Amino acid sequence: MAQTILKVENLHKSYGKTEVIKGVSFEVKKGETKVIIGPSGTGKSTLLRCINQLDSPDKGRVWLEDVEISKSHIDINQIRASIGFVFQSFNLFTHLTALDNVRIGLMRVKGIKEEEATKIAVEEFKRVGLGDEMHHYPAQLSGGQQQRVSIARALAMNPKLILFDEPTSALDPELIGEVLEVMINLAKEGTTMIVVTHEMGFARSVANDIIFMDDGIILEEGPPGDIFKKPKHKRTAKFLSKIT
Amino acid sequence: MGTLISIELAIAFLGLGFVVGLPLAVGEVYGNKFVKNLTVLPIVEFFRSIPALVLLFLFYFGASSLNLNFSPFIAALLAMGFRSAAYQSQIFRGAIKSIDVGQMQAARSIGMSRFKAIRYIILPQALRISIPGWSNEYACVLKDTSLVYALGITELMRQGRYIVARTFGNAILVYVVCALIYFLVVHFGVKLLDFLEERYKIPGYEIKKVTTRA
Repeated sequence: MAQTILKVENLHKSYGKTEVIKGVSFEVKKGETKVIIGPSGTGKSTLLRCINQLDSPDKGRVWLEDVEISKSHIDINQIRASIGFVFQSFNLFTHLTALDNVRIGLMRVKGIKEEEATKIAVEEFKRVGLGDEMHHYPAQLSGGQQQRVSIARALAMNPKLILFDEPTSALDPELIGEVLEVMINLAKEGTTMIVVTHEMGFARSVANDIIFMDDGIILEEGPPGDIFKKPKHKRTAKFLSKIT
Repeated sequence: MGTLISIELAIAFLGLGFVVGLPLAVGEVYGNKFVKNLTVLPIVEFFRSIPALVLLFLFYFGASSLNLNFSPFIAALLAMGFRSAAYQSQIFRGAIKSIDVGQMQAARSIGMSRFKAIRYIILPQALRISIPGWSNEYACVLKDTSLVYALGITELMRQGRYIVARTFGNAILVYVVCALIYFLVVHFGVKLLDFLEERYKIPGYEIKKVTTRA
């Protein structure tokens, strides 16, 4: 049995009077690719943001390995450095070159020397299939390239887990493939990932496990074969029939 | 001589304004209610709402009646420096607020503290955006150095008056020369700031605004 990397227990989150997440629990094992699907506005992105505490949950607990990270006294910066986050809108630092986007965390958070940071960054650029673009600024790159730089930025920190928040939703259709390809390779290499996505092809072929979220709860969870072929709930079936 | 003193005064006012204004802006955007309502806003409101000449008199004559005897220069520095800080803080605040929240989130997501995120991610971008507004403030402060003439500092304006008085000279000629000097100093300062703006612009950024995610 693989080691548990992340454990979420009875998580709740409200914005004002609207409860977005209504008690969610699940676990992620080392090396696992967990894909979260579901209709828009069902709290999938919020869930990711509650995991690395970019949003603080109202109730419930989150563990990274054996550390409870939802406690208030924990050094959340140190925890976040070991959880990668890939945003839908890339959020690359606009004033820095691609290379510096990847190096800045190494240098300013981990305190690694420039030379060593460059070495690590160059390696990560290779992993995401970039090289020549290193000295370009984000605005000079295509969306697909920007998203791959942002994946490299996350990878460089050598995280225990990477959270992907709809990484291809802001991309032109012809650029989606290059980003998914990088993610497929990461999954093959055994990177532990949680991916919120509407890319059902990716979910079906890459996920070890799929969570279907609807209206703030996990309606069902299981391997892709089960979810896609014999969904237990009507709402899952309905969602899948609409999207595929 | 007077010109140099005017320039020195402007640099001192702008310098103090920058050093105080930047933290004020950061405090106003990121500070808690206490910082914002009890420190930042009162300072900004006070120095923005009172005419420069009144501030100068308050810090010089007003302070001396409270037995705080500032030299004319110190009084002028406090009055005009903090006044500039109040204005500069609003330039920086606007720039900071114009930066996408995703920048802060991304910085925090790789483990930066709030302070580091502001220092390494937010401010480098905000300061670039601030240059055009700041160049306006530079022009205002430089011209307003003429007001400290009222405290007896021999800057360009007072020097001009001396010349008029001493030589029974042509007032129009002398003041036109003064005006020309102000004009040239402001002009070249603004050109320098334009150059900095160009030099530090983010490559590709202007294009991005037009083309992506329309």
